[in-house]
Amino acid sequence: MIDVDIRGHVGRLEIVAHFEGRGGVTSLFGPSGAGKTTVTNMIAGLATPSSGRISVNGTVLFDADKGINLPVQARRIGHVFQDARLFPHLSVRANLTYARWAGRRSGTRDFGEVIDLLGLKDLLGRKPETLSGGERQRVAIGRALLSGPRLLIMDEPLANLDHARRNDILPYLDRLCVEAGIPIIYVSHSIEEVTRLSNTLVLLSEGRTQAFGPVAAMLAREDLVRVTGRREASALLSGTVTRIDTAWDLVHVDIGGPVLQIPGLAAEPGDTVRLRILARDVALASVPPEGLSIRNALAATIESITGEPGPYAEILCSLAGQTIRARITRASVSDLGLKPGMAVTALIKSVAIDRGQSTLAPPASGET
Amino acid sequence: MDFFHLQPAEWQALVLTLKVAAAALFVALPLAVLVAYLLARYRFPGHGIVNALVHMPLVLPPVVTGYLLLLAFGRKGPVGAFLSETFGISFAFNWTGAALAAGVMAFPLMVRPIRISFEAVDPKLEAAAKSLGAHRAVAFLTVTLPLAVPGILGGAILGFAKAMGEFGATITFVSNIPGETRTLALALYTATQTPSGDLAAFRLTLIAAVVAFAALIASEVFARRLRGRIGGGHD
Repeated sequence: MIDVDIRGHVGRLEIVAHFEGRGGVTSLFGPSGAGKTTVTNMIAGLATPSSGRISVNGTVLFDADKGINLPVQARRIGHVFQDARLFPHLSVRANLTYARWAGRRSGTRDFGEVIDLLGLKDLLGRKPETLSGGERQRVAIGRALLSGPRLLIMDEPLANLDHARRNDILPYLDRLCVEAGIPIIYVSHSIEEVTRLSNTLVLLSEGRTQAFGPVAAMLAREDLVRVTGRREASALLSGTVTRIDTAWDLVHVDIGGPVLQIPGLAAEPGDTVRLRILARDVALASVPPEGLSIRNALAATIESITGEPGPYAEILCSLAGQTIRARITRASVSDLGLKPGMAVTALIKSVAIDRGQSTLAPPASGET
Repeated sequence: MDFFHLQPAEWQALVLTLKVAAAALFVALPLAVLVAYLLARYRFPGHGIVNALVHMPLVLPPVVTGYLLLLAFGRKGPVGAFLSETFGISFAFNWTGAALAAGVMAFPLMVRPIRISFEAVDPKLEAAAKSLGAHRAVAFLTVTLPLAVPGILGGAILGFAKAMGEFGATITFVSNIPGETRTLALALYTATQTPSGDLAAFRLTLIAAVVAFAALIASEVFARRLRGRIGGGHD
């Protein structure tokens, strides 16, 4: 559990950050230059806020009023930097064990376990300069985990990687977020990574935290869409895998009553999964349609319709207690006579979900 | 007399030169590393003045430096009197004075390459080390210092060479006493001032050249090995 309530400035950027992370992964999300790295540096002790308070799991790291300001080395925060910052003169193994031999930290985590989790076995004898960008980040994550941290900060660990490398490392991050057992602050300007990995989303822009809350609720907010852009507008559905249909190669996910059929999802029955569904992949029908190729046609109720200039309208619908977002033309809204409170059928193309956007869910709030 | 056999006086000058240069290096190098690190990493009041002071021996005539040392560290100088009364240490007219003069003259030549190599080490690496629990001194010793070793080695070689060849400040400060302060450079000067000293001067020149050449080769071999160990993950 993370409590941050700080003010300060670095250069011309004024920072006003207030958020709480209730276990699991807390994402700091915002455009480049929003002050995400500055906020994490203040949490890590690399920069000093002018006022406020920071605590992790009840331990106060900074409190301006009480004059508490733990130095970096005493904060026990595993920090994965955007540029990895591996020590170039040391082998991968010596980098990984640095916290033990130089930091005098006796990590509670087993060395072999971390090596397995991040797939580092074959890299141990190598020098950082011979590693690819993705391998470097994996070593940096391992090094931070092995320092016995009370909190892990990952500052855009994928930002310097190309698309292929990013997809190599994402599955490791999925596992890490589920298995880390410590709170994680994940910094990113990619809404895809954030929705995939986090429990709590903190929206940051121009140095200020605009809002924070559970990811699914945050995705429904208009101010978030302004940051991500309309094309990335989406909603998050979570559910439980009930059946693997091997005949048609589809996974059945119960989202609290209705069942979605999704292709290409690596999961076992009983797994909790989260599905990010883009608004542009959802269509609405005023009467239940027939003779469709779309497999996921679900009863929903319109909650709100955002009018805006231009050809499109955003519609939020509630669906088995969760929220889904549809983006359709304003002309259709008018033709179908859509209004808040109306019962509709939400149509989600199964193939639209198959983009590696469905993952095992990190531990739910309060578990850590 | 065999041409290739060193005479006692030559041995004496050679051994003294190496002793003086080694002592100068032993004391001045750690200090040079410290000063170079402070100049590279910190902006403090008086930064420019410290930098200028460090470089003074480089731009002052060596005789002036030697004379200033004599004024300060001589028997009647304020520092010299204090040291001899309190600790019984005296730099006046003995080999430790020659080492002091050589160290002072070599100091700026050591600080410069070391400072540059510190500036080339990303300070963010030290921040990473601290985040892993290392205290400031440990982070310096395990990350910054090893990465700056090539520059420190370069500074040490330059400083050692300068210390071996130091002349002006040495002769002004501690004079030219055989067996005590007469290094190779001073012995060579003495030979050139002696009638029929041509052969002696030539022999001393050869000795100095051989020592310098051997030092260069040794440092090159050492640097290559080090590069293999520090930077070369390909080996």
